[in-house]
Amino acid sequence: MPRWFYQLASPRWCYQITGKLLPGFAIAAGLLILFGTVWGLAFAPPDYQQGNSFRIIYLHVPTAYMAQSIYMTMALAGAIGLIWKMKVADMVAKSCAPIGASLAVLALATGAIWGKPTWGSWWVWDARLTSMLILLFLYLGIMALNSAIESESTAAQSTAVLALVGLVNIPIIKYSVDWWNTLHQPATFKITEKPAMPPDMWIPLLILVIGFYCFFAVVLMMRLRNEIIRRERRSGWVRELLMQQRG
Amino acid sequence: MNAQRKQRLTLVLIIVFGSSLAVALVAYALSQNINLFYSPSQISMGEAPADTRIRAGGIVVEGSIRRDPESLKVQFDITDYAHSTTVEYVGILPDLFREGQGIVAQGQLDHQGRLIASEVLAKHDENYMSPEIAEALAAAGQMPHMPATAGKDY
Repeated sequence: MPRWFYQLASPRWCYQITGKLLPGFAIAAGLLILFGTVWGLAFAPPDYQQGNSFRIIYLHVPTAYMAQSIYMTMALAGAIGLIWKMKVADMVAKSCAPIGASLAVLALATGAIWGKPTWGSWWVWDARLTSMLILLFLYLGIMALNSAIESESTAAQSTAVLALVGLVNIPIIKYSVDWWNTLHQPATFKITEKPAMPPDMWIPLLILVIGFYCFFAVVLMMRLRNEIIRRERRSGWVRELLMQQRG
Repeated sequence: MNAQRKQRLTLVLIIVFGSSLAVALVAYALSQNINLFYSPSQISMGEAPADTRIRAGGIVVEGSIRRDPESLKVQFDITDYAHSTTVEYVGILPDLFREGQGIVAQGQLDHQGRLIASEVLAKHDENYMSPEIAEALAAAGQMPHMPATAGKDY
């Protein structure tokens, strides 16, 4: 294992490095989201069938991608915590859950708002929508389980196992539109093909997706730093830090 | 990696693959129930149950829409390019409903194999384009399922 991997295990080193990375990611997230939103909502052309109502894609797709990416991050961090008994990985996993849950709620809400004018229904129990709802319930279950167990390490272990079991839902969400008949349309973006959308529609979407990844990094680092300070409050370096800040 | 970590890694892999296998088997067993709708081919082969509410999905056949001048009653055919099913519906259709558009209708099959729908939902595909590009493609004959009525003014 490389040295940086073991350095990550040190809460103090993590606290310092995230402190340095935070401002850059915050600025990038702010600029990308602002730029992408203005481009997508004001300057991208309307769709030939849906008109302007398709523009909610600029919020729906990034939030739905993030809800799934954050879940994978959380499960990976949980697995690292299980295998290497790394406290920082447990803290990352714990910090991911509320962020992912809120983005899953946003993806479901924007999807419903989009569904009403285009499909004619707020909600349909098709495979894509249902598996996405299950993702939200997994997040909520993981958060509830984590707060129900008093011992930090036992809580981290149990939630990591639950997160790993729930990981099977991710490919189901992704491929639900290909495996079954659904009302939700198949993916517009595929790795092997050109996007089924002109560049002046997908470039702002790409900018927003990258912006949302940066936003996730910012919120994750902020939550992680809080968690580190809370758990390490009795250690020497945290006391020193707090003394310095009180000045 | 020491022996204990290797053991825990194996455990993690067993959890992931075990749960995937279990869910895959369940999904395979339920595959027909997970489908949101039956296709016209499935209906014509008698795979869809009569006397119960089902959903049927397909493309609205061009020139098949017949509106009743006195009421909101409308009749149209949906197809999957192999078979087609006639749908009857009374009510307001969604904005995206038009010839050549994919739709999902919920209702009951009658004795002649027609679907008496209580709800019609429009399904849209994964292709997005600006109205200008759509017009150019339609003019060049590159959009085979492009309906003649789609040139809505935006």
